[in-house]
Amino acid sequence: MTKRLFVVLSLFIVAALLLTACGQKGVECDDPIGCVVIGPNEPVHIAYALVVAGPNETLGIDSRNGIEIAISDTGGEILGHPVQFDGEDTGCNAEGGQAAGTKLAADSTIVAVIGTSCSSEARVAMPLFSEAGFVVVSPSNTAPDLTEAGNPNNYPGYFRTAHNDQVQGRVAAEFAYNVLGVRRAATIHDGSLYAEKLQEVFANTFAELGGTVTTQQAVDPNQTDMSSVLTSIAAGNPEIIYFPIFMPAGGFIIRQARITPGLEEVYLMGADGLFSPDVMQGGGAEVEGFMVSSPLVQGPDYDAFVAKYQEMFGTAPISIFHAHAYDAYMLVKAAIESVAIVQSDGTLIIPRQALRDAMAATTNFDGLTGNLTCTPTGDCADPYIAVYQYHAGQYPPEVIWQP
Amino acid sequence: MFRTWRQKITMTDIMVWIIGLSIAVVVIWGTISTLQSGKYSAASWFDLVIKGLALGGVYALIAMGYTLVYGILRMINFAHSEVFMSGPFTAVFLANALQSNGFLSRQPLLGMLAITLLSMAVSMSVAILVERVAYRPLRNAPRLVPLITAIGASFFLQYTFRGFYGSGFEAYPTIEALNGYWRIGAIPLFKTQAVVIIAAVVMMFLLYAIVMWSKLGKAMRAVSEDKEAAALMGIDVDAIIVFTFALGGAAAGAGGILYILQFPVVHFYMGFIPGLKAFTAAVLGGIGNVPGAFLGAMVLGLLESVGPNLFLDGLGIPVASQLKDAIAFIILVFILIFRPSGILGERLSQTKV
Repeated sequence: MTKRLFVVLSLFIVAALLLTACGQKGVECDDPIGCVVIGPNEPVHIAYALVVAGPNETLGIDSRNGIEIAISDTGGEILGHPVQFDGEDTGCNAEGGQAAGTKLAADSTIVAVIGTSCSSEARVAMPLFSEAGFVVVSPSNTAPDLTEAGNPNNYPGYFRTAHNDQVQGRVAAEFAYNVLGVRRAATIHDGSLYAEKLQEVFANTFAELGGTVTTQQAVDPNQTDMSSVLTSIAAGNPEIIYFPIFMPAGGFIIRQARITPGLEEVYLMGADGLFSPDVMQGGGAEVEGFMVSSPLVQGPDYDAFVAKYQEMFGTAPISIFHAHAYDAYMLVKAAIESVAIVQSDGTLIIPRQALRDAMAATTNFDGLTGNLTCTPTGDCADPYIAVYQYHAGQYPPEVIWQP
Repeated sequence: MFRTWRQKITMTDIMVWIIGLSIAVVVIWGTISTLQSGKYSAASWFDLVIKGLALGGVYALIAMGYTLVYGILRMINFAHSEVFMSGPFTAVFLANALQSNGFLSRQPLLGMLAITLLSMAVSMSVAILVERVAYRPLRNAPRLVPLITAIGASFFLQYTFRGFYGSGFEAYPTIEALNGYWRIGAIPLFKTQAVVIIAAVVMMFLLYAIVMWSKLGKAMRAVSEDKEAAALMGIDVDAIIVFTFALGGAAAGAGGILYILQFPVVHFYMGFIPGLKAFTAAVLGGIGNVPGAFLGAMVLGLLESVGPNLFLDGLGIPVASQLKDAIAFIILVFILIFRPSGILGERLSQTKV
């Protein structure tokens, strides 16, 4: 019995070896980190790593919709090969990023990953993706660390079409100081890479402009009772509270700030993480007047995109990083087309390092979100940040200021 | 005399006393320096106390489920946090329906009553179901077995509800009748918190009355004392156990509605933290003891709410409010070291002592 099993297994191994040898025949790859070989009728595999379930699902689903529109706009193929598009949920936290990263990095057919949604996910998933040789383009990571030269969180192969929070934090602080005319600010972060860095940029810029940062507090992402943190903040008499965090904690702060003595009239401001229909739900009637900084995309191409979104998904865009995701796919597609080697039988060879170099060499790419030029560390965005204001019962929020 | 006394005290005792004493010194020092700095107004303190008591009221109602079940079965029902979640997570759909057809703003009292009753009914059904499916077959198994089952049941329920209602969250409508505040002198008292505290106290008193003065309550206490003897006296032990789970479930469902009045967002994972806190409260007050659960919950709610600003702010600790759980649990640890049976003590029958 065991002997027969042994024979069968040996045969399998021999067959597997032979098949592998056949598969590699005629393929020359001198790329330092390897190539993806796509047979004549095989698809080009592009994966997503976005938050598509849980409290922040609108952020990721919106981006995924953007990618699907991009695939549909380009006929669903790259260089004559169909596109295989699938992926993993990342949960908008480090644990989810780790799980999705481990799973996707094990799949060597993947050419590029579009993701992640949240910066905390990128910090843990990027080492895995980078090691696997992927090109990763994030539509919505904004933490400065990820593209800062020399920072341990900056990995080869990482790019993003979203703005860097060095820009967003500065715009928010300038808006608060110059437009609202406030001089005393308090900030709250939730320990995530995104929130911590963004409030830091905000606080530094606000102090540089001449304002006073009364306190920099932190909450837990799953915290519901904000009374003690809000009481601590109220003791400093701020005129604005800046909390660039996520749902549901952001909703609890919006609701509870108004019932904290001393904070009845304070301005409340968040960032793009709180640009979501969930804020309407979580914040209830108290969202009236709540402000967020967020990218603003305009133009006739964008209007056509929104019409297509409406047609394909039956709704107006539900979050803000759909156009960035569209551009992310387009950048990847253009880079693949410029480096892929097409063989006479239709086999496609994509050298991975060359693909990364092609991405980094992107200049003046005409995208939906603007004129995209990538830096060597991966910043490709053409950032244009506006300030929006929520009104009860009205979504999306209204643009109240743009630079 | 002195020698026997010295033999009784070990190094561990001395260490514990030293650590306890130093923590007490830190707490008192922090409190004094916070109060001296005058950073917070009286209105702020009053606000924190009221919010702490309101939170404590919710913990008390959840803690009832842990304490009643422990009193009878000597087991910790870790699935209770999901019993708590199931009620308000289901009732949110009724609440939103009532809001959209305007009933909730026309008849806030009737509407709230309907929502509360639905929440209580769902939590109660889930509690009874868990008892029937997960615990009854293991009634005579070693004590560790139902504990593990409880954790399994907890995960099962969480993901079942995630399957039912999705992984996102649902928000309760704002009850207009509870918006705003009454003024006591210059200090605002928010209606929501006031209503929650009053409702929690009334419900806790009702539960206490049921346990102490009704016939079923008497039977419950008899089963808790000695199952065999109670059965011999003609008490249907299984029925009493089901009643206990039902009572704990209903209390959790009602507590769930009081919780969403303060934090009106529900999701499948919402039960975990309040459940853990309520369990802590039950242990703090003396598990198996109804007034103990109430006292423990109020103390825990207050400590969490007032603690960070009162104890830590004066010491210059940055972001003190993030340490609120640490404060609550450190105090729990020390109460358990110096009074292992909780503040009011575990109610134990002769045979168990």
